[in-house]
Amino acid sequence: MSTTNKPVKTAARPGRTLAILALVLIAMTSLVFIQGAKSVRLGLDLRGGTSVTLQPRIAPGDEGKITSDAIDQAVSIIRQRVNSLGVAESEVSAQGSGTNRQIVISVPGDTGRRVVELVGQTAELRFRQVLASASGVPSASDAAATPAAGVSAEANAKFAALDCTKAENLQGTGADAPTDTLVACDRAGGTKYILAPAEVLGRQISKASAGLDTQAGSAWYVSLTFNNEGTSAFGALTARVTSLPEPTNQVAIVLDGLVVSSPRINEAIPSGTAQITGSFTQLEAQDLANVLKYGALPLAFDRGEVQQVSPTLGADQLNAGLLAGALGLGLVMIYSLLYYRGLGIVTVGSLTVAGGLIYLLFLLLGKWIGFTLTLAGIAGAIVAIGVTADSFIIYFERIRDEMREGRTLRTAVETGWVRARRTILVADFVSLIAAALLYFFAVGGVRGFAFTLGLTTLVDLVVVFVFTKPLVSILSRVSFFNSGHSWSGFSSKSLGTVVAKEA
Amino acid sequence: MSKMSGLGGRLYRGETAVDFIGKRRRWYSVSALFVLASIAALAIQGLHLGIEFKGGSSFTVNKATATIEQARSAVEAAGIPGELIVQEIGSDKVRVQTGALDTVQNNAVQDALAAEFGVSVESIDTQIIGPSWGKEITRKAIYGLVGFLIVVMLYLAMAFEPKMSIAAIAAVVHDVFITVGIYALVGFDVTPATIIGFLTILGYSLYDTVVVFDKVRENTHAITSNSTRTYSQAVNHAVNQTLVRSANTSLIALLPVGSILFVGAGLLGAGTLKDLSLALFIGLAVGTYSSIFIAPPVLAQLREKEPAMQALAKRVNARSGGSAAVAPSAAVAAVNGRGPRNQPKRKGRK
Repeated sequence: MSTTNKPVKTAARPGRTLAILALVLIAMTSLVFIQGAKSVRLGLDLRGGTSVTLQPRIAPGDEGKITSDAIDQAVSIIRQRVNSLGVAESEVSAQGSGTNRQIVISVPGDTGRRVVELVGQTAELRFRQVLASASGVPSASDAAATPAAGVSAEANAKFAALDCTKAENLQGTGADAPTDTLVACDRAGGTKYILAPAEVLGRQISKASAGLDTQAGSAWYVSLTFNNEGTSAFGALTARVTSLPEPTNQVAIVLDGLVVSSPRINEAIPSGTAQITGSFTQLEAQDLANVLKYGALPLAFDRGEVQQVSPTLGADQLNAGLLAGALGLGLVMIYSLLYYRGLGIVTVGSLTVAGGLIYLLFLLLGKWIGFTLTLAGIAGAIVAIGVTADSFIIYFERIRDEMREGRTLRTAVETGWVRARRTILVADFVSLIAAALLYFFAVGGVRGFAFTLGLTTLVDLVVVFVFTKPLVSILSRVSFFNSGHSWSGFSSKSLGTVVAKEA
Repeated sequence: MSKMSGLGGRLYRGETAVDFIGKRRRWYSVSALFVLASIAALAIQGLHLGIEFKGGSSFTVNKATATIEQARSAVEAAGIPGELIVQEIGSDKVRVQTGALDTVQNNAVQDALAAEFGVSVESIDTQIIGPSWGKEITRKAIYGLVGFLIVVMLYLAMAFEPKMSIAAIAAVVHDVFITVGIYALVGFDVTPATIIGFLTILGYSLYDTVVVFDKVRENTHAITSNSTRTYSQAVNHAVNQTLVRSANTSLIALLPVGSILFVGAGLLGAGTLKDLSLALFIGLAVGTYSSIFIAPPVLAQLREKEPAMQALAKRVNARSGGSAAVAPSAAVAAVNGRGPRNQPKRKGRK
């Protein structure tokens, strides 16, 4: 009531603001074409597939020892397993924060049971003596060769036929029993091995780290320390194999049925501390150390949730989501046209711009950060139609209030904006807090909902500031609106005032 | 519609006014009744938790000719222990829910259903929930709820006033209680999607309250410097001024949510969409009520305890013709009568 009647400066150039918005929209559209983001990535609940959420569980007594590294390691082990299925667009990711994370596996299509069986097993680390090794392709000469000492003919035949270049042979299944002889590939698929039963277990490692030996020409190495049991087992193993011929003097470090490294044993190591040297890069040394650390405390998994959605149900859910969206949008548009008449066009336009912006963002984010739209995500976007329309109402009602105070439309549009702006900011900020907290405290579908709700709230803010407000400013100069035409939504009848004329 | 716009004008100027603050005992009683009923429903009936919270498996067969009896006997013949819940979903689906099963048992159910109805195993929509999963999501939901309340309380205390933030949170807690109570009473299934709905309501319920409180703050900006209105009267005026706005924003918010509910319940029969939108629908309705009937009176009560506001109330009452009544309801009635006369004075000040 104390503000002046002068137009506020923010109204300065509504035309220019709209032009900038148009440019941004054009730029985003071209980006969509340049990046080739042709369609929104759909979640498994909309196109069919299997998703499994695993919860890391650790042996009783070891609680609190789950480290972030261990979960990263578990994710990469599971990723290796899932990739071996060879299904395009499979995804393995950790959700949540710190050590309280779940691992979410999603595989499109009809692979249901295999995925579930594949990912639930605990991956163990074991040390096995190498009995034979060869390059990772099937070979007739290997098949003809006499089996090495202690290798059955059966294992030898399997070894000869093994093709490490095939994806399905590079999968760990957790089925590598420690007491069996194992025929396995290395992780890269370049070498295959016949391995003796395990003699030292990952759990017998107490410490592992990567280090840099500056004296020997800056070479990276990995050092590891065993606990009491491990010390004697590793001592015995190294003492036995060190004098044997190649490759039987190597000890393979096997994680989840795949050979991570197979160092040659240069001497018996009774002390319980060993160093693995070689031409490691820093990254390789750190990776190996991480594998060893993980082996010391392997993670088991509880299947939290398994969801198999058939493509039929997926299509049904997608159609239902789209229908609900169209219906919701339509109803809101019709309501605002009935209630606000001419001004309702602004609502319809703003919702259209917001919808376009969100669609472009879905396309681009799908390309950039792998955003996938789920059913819950669609619901979030539909709910946000309400939030978006609410901010227009707050503004429109504010303008009407200002006119009831006796201001002209052109003035009311500006003074009303200053006040409505704050209300909209505070209210949208509360929505954003809700979306952010939902996102951080949730897994799977809930996150999709929170993400789209947050995203659309942000889009709402952008649209209100750079589209709705400038558009109303421009319209307030049009005589249809500022003369109080009975269909403009600003007539004295609909305001409930007697006088509201341009001064 | 234009009738309602005209009403907006009268409400804005105070020509028509509903006494929200003065009759607060009435609103409080209504709410107290609902909250008590909710607590009773929770205690007696409890919530109908979905398998996501208890652990268990759910199998849905897509076949129009499938019957409940067929599905039940097929699964029972597979030797699955525990109670089975078999329901028809929509017109062409049958859903079987079991207790927590191991992998072998889950596969056995899938095989039995596939053989019975002559469909492939892959076409059966399956959901398997581990027994510890429910605890995990419940824990997260509680963290989310508590975290949200704390952050929003701090934010509103900064953006508005500490007492406004207390009143707003009181209204939100009220909403959650009543919504949960309705769920217990009617026996709707509570699933993780319902929980998302609950958490979203919190944000939404505050949206309306924020709009009302923003107007209150504006109306009470320099309230102690003149003696035309008590704090309660100013709050009541603000609620009346924003009434049309609240009705509009709530209705507009309900339209899309109602669409999801209609499509989700009508076309899909069950699942995320229905659970989510049902919680939102109920919560939104309750939230609109509380942002008008609960949050403003609580705020007025809190602020009226301040000495400055009591002094103001005395001055206002002295001016309004020696009426000794300090009770806000009597004072508001006086304002109602004075509404139109008040208007020219305000215009003249500009």
